[in-house]
Amino acid sequence: MINEIRRLMEYRELIYAITWKDIRIKYKQSVMGVMWAIFMPALVVSAGVLVKFAFARLSGAPLGLSQVATVSVKAIPWSFFIASLRFGTNSLTMNVNLVTKIYFPNEIFPISAVLSQLFDFAIASGVLFVILVVAQVGWSIYLLWAPILLSVLILLAISSALLLSAANLFFRDVKYIVEVIVTFAIFFTPVFYEADFMGPVWKPIILLNPVAPILEGFNACIVLKKTPELAWVAYSAVIAVTLFLVSFRFFKTMEPAFAENI
Amino acid sequence: MSETAIAFNQVYKKFKKGEIYDSLRDLIPGLAKRLFVGRNGNADSLGSKEFWSLRDVSFEIKKGESFGIIGHNGAGKSTILKLLSGIMKPTRGSLEVHGRLSALIEVGAGFHPDLTGRENIFLNGIILGMSKGEIRRKFDEIVEFSGLEEFIDTPVKRYSSGMYARLGFSVAAHLEPDILVIDEVLSVGDLVFQKQCAEKMKSIFRGGATLIFVSHNLRAVTDLCQRCILLDHGKLIQDGPAVEVTQYYMNPGQGAKEAHVGKEAYISSVTLRGENGGGFLFDTGDKVFLEVEVTGIASCEKLSVTAYFADNDYNCVFASSTQELNKTTFSLGPGEKKKVIFELNLHLGPGTYHVSTFVYRFDLQKLYDSQDPAIALQIRSNTDIRGVANLYPKAAIE
Repeated sequence: MINEIRRLMEYRELIYAITWKDIRIKYKQSVMGVMWAIFMPALVVSAGVLVKFAFARLSGAPLGLSQVATVSVKAIPWSFFIASLRFGTNSLTMNVNLVTKIYFPNEIFPISAVLSQLFDFAIASGVLFVILVVAQVGWSIYLLWAPILLSVLILLAISSALLLSAANLFFRDVKYIVEVIVTFAIFFTPVFYEADFMGPVWKPIILLNPVAPILEGFNACIVLKKTPELAWVAYSAVIAVTLFLVSFRFFKTMEPAFAENI
Repeated sequence: MSETAIAFNQVYKKFKKGEIYDSLRDLIPGLAKRLFVGRNGNADSLGSKEFWSLRDVSFEIKKGESFGIIGHNGAGKSTILKLLSGIMKPTRGSLEVHGRLSALIEVGAGFHPDLTGRENIFLNGIILGMSKGEIRRKFDEIVEFSGLEEFIDTPVKRYSSGMYARLGFSVAAHLEPDILVIDEVLSVGDLVFQKQCAEKMKSIFRGGATLIFVSHNLRAVTDLCQRCILLDHGKLIQDGPAVEVTQYYMNPGQGAKEAHVGKEAYISSVTLRGENGGGFLFDTGDKVFLEVEVTGIASCEKLSVTAYFADNDYNCVFASSTQELNKTTFSLGPGEKKKVIFELNLHLGPGTYHVSTFVYRFDLQKLYDSQDPAIALQIRSNTDIRGVANLYPKAAIE
């Protein structure tokens, strides 16, 4: 396994090249081009703001700018994660020609798929930055948690992409299942609401979803200016690492059968 | 020069026909078996829909050798390439590859239609194993070789298929691999480019690389390769100097034929002879006699024998039948043999041709037996002409 990961390092130029290809192709012949990277998260943020507004009307309290900041800080990483799942799941089947005609480690495809989504995420983060400035959120030392949280999120995305892309290669059902899950997952993940709203009984259940503590953590360290709940972040990190080991093993075990089964 | 570049040790490869899994119920035990029992679990036995694409294939290729692989469609040639490049793993047996191997299974396989020629050169180059610096250094050379300077910033989806192939070969030809594996690339592009490719391959080979060339173009194989193997239905049946093996391929022998169970009549022998005796190498314009012996098992009526010539890409070059030629049919009784002799003038262009024969009843559209292909023959010409027909050209400049 260590050797396989080391071998992957030797192929980093190829990873960059495939990532770059994915990014190029996505925005070729599209009028809006890179604007799409902003448009999709913007829609999720708007939906979140609408939900928050409804909450505010119910409780009678006015909708504060900080709530818009909270929604944005959660919705943008969330958009990255679900886009990675979608794109990652299809990454092997979209590259049939390369899988069946040229050999290199196939895990490059799901990994590059996630990395190309990371590019979109970077653009969307620029917009997030503007929102945070407008909302007058300001700096704090707790921002240093953000890169750690992001790393865990990326690892989760790559692990899921590895598992799902290999599964989808054998069964195209997987991509439909992913589509359904991704559509409804926003209700089970604290994107438009906070896990704290759910009360002491439901909060841990909501946070069992390994993405939830990460999103809560982003909100904590960026908007609330405090340390994320470390126990839960550690839980997500453990899940991410375990899932990665399992997915990678699964992927490499199935890889010799890819070309014949795609 | 005597180091081993590639070794196949008793390699078996199994494939499945039809859909891979019928239902989820089959899948889960299947996957579990694969995970826990490992890949060699039941490597000996064949399931109901399985067949051997390769059976007990062993050979060794020395460094610096040029090696050809020939055989009919479905003989297992492409499987060998896919095993070599690592895309597939053998079901049983092992193989070793020493050195940087570049497999060109399909020209331009890694191209993306939306990217420009320039972008695809970089992408494809990296995919095939070059570093970015290497590509940058060779970029001008690659573009020049392809002859596509004008179109290099056009998306390749707007390229013609010939242009596409040219760009693909140009990238691959500049890889500088230790082992170059090529599958049928010479059949793409125009003639000038084909010649250019062959030259490039020869120069890569002269540079000390090992060359593995897969084709059913026998002329190209004898031209490029020293040694050659012949595959038939997944088995290695000949291994030796390219000239001898290609000769053998053209004359598969009249020996062991499969049983004629369930047939009412069958083709018992097919031979080709020239005016000066047998052989499989003829000059363009030679007169030959194709003799087809048909044996009856039951009583058959209104039979006709067809002679069918195809070129290397299995396009029909010529076909005719006894019924069309003689306006009559013939019948056979049980155990009765009849010999049909076609007299043919081979006004064909130089190259390899495949002769097939069929016993057919036209009014019932019933096929009694076929040998497809029965014989391969090679045509040579003193003048440098190309294509499948010889139009006996003369040129005058006034």
